[in-house]
Amino acid sequence: MLTAPSVQSPAIPRHSAVVRVTHWLTVLSFFALLVSGLEIVVSHPRFYWGETGNSNTKPAFIIPIPASRGTVPTGYGYEMPDQNGWSRYLHFQAAWLAVLTGLFYGIHALLTGHFRGDLLPAPGDRNWPAVRAVFSKYRRRGPPDPAEGHTYNVVQRIAYILVIFVLFPLIIWTGLAMSPSFVSAFPLSVELLGGRQTARTLHFFITWLLVAFVVIHVAMVYQSGFRDRMRAMITGRTSSESSERKTTPGAVAQESL
Amino acid sequence: MRKISRRRLITSGVVATAGVAGLAAATRIAARHGLIPPDCRGVYGPGETLTYAAQKLLTRHSLAREFPRSMISAKPFLNAVAPFSDAFKAHQALGFSDWTLKVDGMVARPTTFSLSDLRTLPRKSQITEVACEEGWSYIAEWIGTPLSHVLHEVGVLPEARYVVYYSIEPDWWESVDMADALHPQTFLTMGMNDGDLPVGFGGPLRLRVPRQLGYKSVKFITRITATDSLRGFGKGLGSASPEGGYSWFAGI
Ligand code: HEM
Repeated sequence: MLTAPSVQSPAIPRHSAVVRVTHWLTVLSFFALLVSGLEIVVSHPRFYWGETGNSNTKPAFIIPIPASRGTVPTGYGYEMPDQNGWSRYLHFQAAWLAVLTGLFYGIHALLTGHFRGDLLPAPGDRNWPAVRAVFSKYRRRGPPDPAEGHTYNVVQRIAYILVIFVLFPLIIWTGLAMSPSFVSAFPLSVELLGGRQTARTLHFFITWLLVAFVVIHVAMVYQSGFRDRMRAMITGRTSSESSERKTTPGAVAQESL
Repeated sequence: MRKISRRRLITSGVVATAGVAGLAAATRIAARHGLIPPDCRGVYGPGETLTYAAQKLLTRHSLAREFPRSMISAKPFLNAVAPFSDAFKAHQALGFSDWTLKVDGMVARPTTFSLSDLRTLPRKSQITEVACEEGWSYIAEWIGTPLSHVLHEVGVLPEARYVVYYSIEPDWWESVDMADALHPQTFLTMGMNDGDLPVGFGGPLRLRVPRQLGYKSVKFITRITATDSLRGFGKGLGSASPEGGYSWFAGI
């Protein structure tokens, strides 16, 4: 595909419709979850380990912001407005969107071999030198490997695998472990974590890992050529530009590794 | 090429039609099995309905987690309530000796219980966690009589689908479905940690619903009504919570 070089054939298929639609639905639900989740934290910006925790017990740490409840000792004389009603409604609605989207994406990716073929690091890349080579190129702000016009590099693959198979399952698990109704049916879901407050604290930490992923993810997309990568994720097609980059010195250096 | 796209068009049409028809059928079946919450309308209706339906299917007979005595919180958190009304203060002045619970609606024998009447009913205790929607929690022992005993005493009718319960304080009322109302851990609570239930924790009478967040466990209960529909109550959203922007179902 990459050897079809003519400028007149500007569009090369890149992402399937399912990957594109589920990606943007995930982005939508992620930001809804993030905003509503942080809003919920404002009602009690204290975190604990173990089963129980409240304003009478010692916190593991506190977020130094005013709270939306007068009962929380924040040290500020100021009480934020209560926004928990819509925040909680939105949080769970967005969680459903994320989970159903993720299930659809996951089943599709399994059936089409997308996980095995496109996300699992290629056999030749399953080693540190390959990973380091990609990293050092990002650091040097080098142009992307031309192959990246139609496939992910090993660092992207590892990041996506971690998000899909580690962070997403963990954020769902720690979230459900806070549901009194869910844990009544599946008590191990919270007991294995070490208690309700531990689940809440881990949920908060995993949120920041996901935010870190998104920041790095977008930076990587930017670095590889934002317009072309976004065009590929939106329209499904990539321009032929990236195949012309094939001859750039960075790419050659990359290939020789 | 053109052939494929026509076939694709037809396939998508069939899939879309099947999807819409499937959704309509699913809604009808869900309604018949009581899987639709009263606050199912509005922007957040879809999420709320999925949550309520999923939890109802998963948790029908499940019991809230109970804890060993050693895990009872030394300092349970006393959440703030609005200043007491004169009506409450009058009862408080008499040591709640004249407190009554009126049970009516779809019941064979509407009855008004005094606290001592309630104390003659089977007495049970549970050590469960109160989890607030804000994020904090504590564990306490709760002592009282299962609501199911009271509903049994008054002969709740089989048509009843919800139980609505009211605090003596204005605009404070909730409702639960029959599965939660008859649930063995749903208590009319009169004691806490081996003593009387303190006023700050809802004394003299609080309805504890331990499979849901704290705000479903209304304090200072004076009236319980069994009904087959929540339409006629308040704005018809199920309870005061959705009227204030909070979800009716608080299992998560
Ligand atoms: C504004 C935010 C985001 C932008 C602009 C963005 C953009 C992109 C682009 C352009 C790609 C293709 C990468 C390439 O071809 O080099 C991609 C892939 C991907 N993104 Fe994002 N993304 C965003 C947020 C997210 C979030 C929030 C998640 C999940 C938490 C996510 C998860 C993924 C995954 C898993 C892939 C690989 C998809 C696959 O091929 O199966 N992204 N993203």
